[in-house]
Amino acid sequence: MTLAEILASLFPRGSSVVVEDGLIHGQGRRVDGSPLHVIGVCERSAVGIDEAAKLARHVLEIIAGEDSAPILVLIDSDSQRMSKRDEMLGLNEFLAHLAKCLILADVLGHATIGLLYGHTAAGAFIATALATRTLLALPGAEPVVMDLPSMARVTKLPIETLQAMAKTTPVFAPGLANLAQTGAVAATLDPQRSLAAQVEEILVANAREAGKDERDVLGKRRNGRTKAADIALRVQELARAST
Amino acid sequence: MSAASAATRIDDALAQSWYEASARQRVDALLDRGSFVEFIGPERRETSPHLPLFDLPEQFDDGMIVGRGRLDGASILIAAQEGRFMGGAFGEVHGAKLTGLLRAARELRTPVVIAFDTGGVRLQEANAGEMAIAEIMRALLEARLAAVNVIGLVGGRAGCYGGGGLIAACCSALAVSEQGRISVSGPEVIETNRGVEEFDSKDRALVWRTMGGKHRRLIGGAEIFVDDTVASFRAAAIALLARAPALTRAMLVAEQARLETRLDAFGDCADALDIWRRLGIADAASVPAMSYGEFDALGARITEVIHDAR
Amino acid sequence: MEHLNYKHTARARATGEKKQALVGVVASGNLEVLVERVLPGNECEIDIRTAAEGFGEVWKEVVADFVGRRSPGGLKFSINDGGARPDTVALRLAQAARALEGDGT
Repeated sequence: MTLAEILASLFPRGSSVVVEDGLIHGQGRRVDGSPLHVIGVCERSAVGIDEAAKLARHVLEIIAGEDSAPILVLIDSDSQRMSKRDEMLGLNEFLAHLAKCLILADVLGHATIGLLYGHTAAGAFIATALATRTLLALPGAEPVVMDLPSMARVTKLPIETLQAMAKTTPVFAPGLANLAQTGAVAATLDPQRSLAAQVEEILVANAREAGKDERDVLGKRRNGRTKAADIALRVQELARAST
Repeated sequence: MSAASAATRIDDALAQSWYEASARQRVDALLDRGSFVEFIGPERRETSPHLPLFDLPEQFDDGMIVGRGRLDGASILIAAQEGRFMGGAFGEVHGAKLTGLLRAARELRTPVVIAFDTGGVRLQEANAGEMAIAEIMRALLEARLAAVNVIGLVGGRAGCYGGGGLIAACCSALAVSEQGRISVSGPEVIETNRGVEEFDSKDRALVWRTMGGKHRRLIGGAEIFVDDTVASFRAAAIALLARAPALTRAMLVAEQARLETRLDAFGDCADALDIWRRLGIADAASVPAMSYGEFDALGARITEVIHDAR
Repeated sequence: MEHLNYKHTARARATGEKKQALVGVVASGNLEVLVERVLPGNECEIDIRTAAEGFGEVWKEVVADFVGRRSPGGLKFSINDGGARPDTVALRLAQAARALEGDGT
């Protein structure tokens, strides 16, 4: 789906959502008329220091506002911007700051929902989509942690070998199905149905749950990460017992 | 062994180079003597389930050591990455140990020290590593929101790259040595994607002044600049645990201002040397060669505001 | 990866009280040795997983030499090897045994 189609399906009565320099921000209304904040990255833009600062500013403005409305984070991005300037000025701090703002917003009652509708990769993925409480995706979304040509270069394995290996494990190859299996994506939406209705269902379900990070448990249930949840839990138990 | 030779051994352990030490040596020497208790130690053989697929050797602790110990008498939780195993990269087991430790820290209200040494995500298990980083950041920030201090130490061989750089920037405070490079994209990654004109990864001086510990200290990316010894890192960890700020809404507003101010002040600089000059360092070119003592004095003089909003 | 396993009977039981120790790291040309006091009597076992295949004879020699020189009875050595040279292997085995025998530290 294109961004215009997504916005039309989310907000049939229109919205104030605008696109500026590859970034999305604005507001629409939920089915019951209450507000839904929107921020995001579109047009496969890279997320560098300038973009992260702007997005974080939007989130802090939402937090400073009157309502406790949810925040929808729309994502069609490149990876983090790979440049001398961005790293020299501390890209790690800017990306972490954006993730902090999103996580704080969620803790303060602005439930965060990510919607991955295009590409995303590496550090941009972590600082945006993966910093939301619930990550949704649309068919055709293309999350990439490591692309196979780069992997082939580093591992010195032929790309055909990697493609064959990727059939037996979701743990390294790019793609929505693989990331979903490791627990990154809570649900993939149906583009034929109203997105407004589907996001509403998630928001209502979320309101009933405590904001606990259960992506590792989901990854275990989907057989994408068999050890992570158990290891984390055991460390927690051992730490408790060591006091 | 005599008391005198035991004391010598402690001195030797504290004097050793942080950069050269293994993760286990760092943990042992950093903590009060004999106080370390490991969680899921190497004898549990909880290795990566994914490396065998690539016919690669495993390490019994998967390159991550977590446990509890005492630092200057205070009970803390501690994690250390082994930068020589798979470049200290985050895999499923490696990452899950730190996630569990941070979740425990929040529950038990116990401070955490993390000794970073990482190239980022382990590419043979990239998706699991990426998820681990997202989960670690969430657990770390939730611990900080519960007023638990999380201190990061950066000075290892692998530096602190990729998702490791993001996790480091989530910490309450950081101590970094000259060798402690911090960035998201590594030098080779930038060169591969953007060309040698953008970044020449073989130009070591460029790498150090763009990502190295001195530059991070000068622009406010780390609180304390330390010498490359275990003793220096230990002293910094003790100092930072005592004064690290809490994570609050006001703190993030202050961090937004701190970062925007940096963009305004240095956004048009072409090189770190330009930034240093603009900071008031007349002889910027002399910074890379400065000794620890000279640089520490300089840092104290020119950094008027303590950059502790993070 | 190649899996090798050697069992020996040492001259005597290893001294000291420590239950386990770990030395080295898994990296190119390096190895880790986990040593555990878990075997009865003078039994000694060395279990190796190595990235460098086809060096079984060299390992056999290095291991036999190590067991002959020291008295690692009751110890199990588990090794993850990133392709270390025989002298590095011998050094790490000696370090591991020493770490376990300890000197009260």
